Amino acid sequence: MNLTDHEKAMYDGEHGRAKARAMDLLVRYGEALGAERLVETNNVAGAFNASTPSVQAIAEKGMEHVYSELNLDSDEVVEIPHMVAHTCQLITGIDNDNWELQGVDRSLVDMQRANEKYLGRRGVNMFATCTPYQVGNVPVKGEHCAWMESSAVIYCNSVLGARTNVEGKESTGAAALTGRIPYWGFHITENRRGTHLVELDIEVDDMMDWGLLGYYIGEVIGEEIPVLKGTGRQPDLIKLKHFGAAAASSGGVEMYHIPGITPEADSIEEAFGGRQVKGTFRYGAKERRETYEKLQSSTERKVDFIMLGCPHNSIDQMALIAHMLENRKIHSDVQLWVHTPRAIKQVAERNGYIDVIRDAGGVVMSDTCPAISRRLPAGTKVIATDSAKQAHYLPAITGVQGWFGSVSDCVDAALTGQWNGRV
Amino acid sequence: MDIATEAKPETIELRGRKVVAGRAEGEALVTTETISGWGGINERTGTVIERRHEMRGVSFAGKILVFPGAKGSSGWSAYFHMTRLNGVQPAAMIFTRMTTKIALGAVVTRVPAITELDQDPLSVIETGDWVVVDADAGTVTVTKKSLR
Repeated sequence: MNLTDHEKAMYDGEHGRAKARAMDLLVRYGEALGAERLVETNNVAGAFNASTPSVQAIAEKGMEHVYSELNLDSDEVVEIPHMVAHTCQLITGIDNDNWELQGVDRSLVDMQRANEKYLGRRGVNMFATCTPYQVGNVPVKGEHCAWMESSAVIYCNSVLGARTNVEGKESTGAAALTGRIPYWGFHITENRRGTHLVELDIEVDDMMDWGLLGYYIGEVIGEEIPVLKGTGRQPDLIKLKHFGAAAASSGGVEMYHIPGITPEADSIEEAFGGRQVKGTFRYGAKERRETYEKLQSSTERKVDFIMLGCPHNSIDQMALIAHMLENRKIHSDVQLWVHTPRAIKQVAERNGYIDVIRDAGGVVMSDTCPAISRRLPAGTKVIATDSAKQAHYLPAITGVQGWFGSVSDCVDAALTGQWNGRV
Repeated sequence: MDIATEAKPETIELRGRKVVAGRAEGEALVTTETISGWGGINERTGTVIERRHEMRGVSFAGKILVFPGAKGSSGWSAYFHMTRLNGVQPAAMIFTRMTTKIALGAVVTRVPAITELDQDPLSVIETGDWVVVDADAGTVTVTKKSLR
């Protein structure tokens, strides 16, 4: 790989051992990709924090061991200096306030807090959410980023027009210390054009519809770049947040175009940018129904646990859930957890939404989610969720059965203890 | 030494590009389906756990993993990284679709890895074949299980 003088100096250890190890990882990674060079980045979103039992043995040796091994893939333990790029922490494994409800051991909470202190002083901002774009990290069009979290990456590329590949724990760790990431994939303009056309025969309207469409597209398109035609009504942040998360779960979609809506194409022609259309898919009532059925992994209608807020809820979603739960009580056999970024939770608290949800018997969680933490209320067998992503992952990770539906289906299940959703 | 010169007649040789250096041999585990890291594997056992995956319940520990590549969460590399720390990583990776997930994942798993092969490894190699991966030489040598 071609390195600049500054990159060579970092590689050679002239700026300290941490940057040398970071450059070593970036070069190995860049060569694996076949990248010719690195690109400067000043926007990193990664997974730095220590919150799981598997990290505990490493963390006990010291937080620099965690960063060296898990964020730099370095056998040499190096002192970690201040980050050079603007850097934030994505979702973590533990809710700093509701850890007891999660069933987390006190020692893990102490580890997470100690680790946050260590990272915080070094410039890793503790957003602790899968949606940094909801709480202040909104990159501008064309900005080179190094982000993890597939649902955030697809939002960053498609909705914001900033540029990132799906990075990992080690590459973001190295990028934060060097301000560099391989110049490959979505950093390059030509690679951002559409590959496949998806023509919609039905209108896509609510959040569940957008989730289903995303899940369908991920399945049929894999890692390619869909261009959507005929989406009907103007989508908003909530819908595109769900759509992208679903497409990145069933497949590996990292970028899409909705001409006239997303910033890099005003027309179908511009979305493809002269590229040959590799294939066309049609999405109609049949595909919608089949996708809905694929997302159901339960046969038991009695539900134990309702999970809302994947990706983490916006303030408007919190308002809607509070409105649906106003003066009502959830069923005594059911637990309801609603997930939102901590910064949004503060606003929801101020608005009174948290009180309403709490009075109904629900819990508002931040910093984490059950799929990341692998923690559900004790005895959970059947879950219901409004998230295609969570319906995809949670049964696989935790062995529960799962229902997928609209937010009102889920709130209804929370109130009655029964799943009555249908397409 | 060039592997090609010592290849026996009943072996098949594929040539490709090194992703991670090194040489490893072992039994092939072949899937035509991409694999999720986070949420798709158990990093303590090296087992695929994805609900509708054809390899669900199968462990890739110590196997030459032949697959299209990575999909799903950005936790891919971190989970394969953990398989190495837990000693249940595959012996080598042969894949067809380059992505940042698989590239970084292969790098941190620190096993020989190869891609851009001149024949489709997913049709040439079958589960149970004996496979030698020499990433530095850019070769994959396959002894069919029927001839083993």
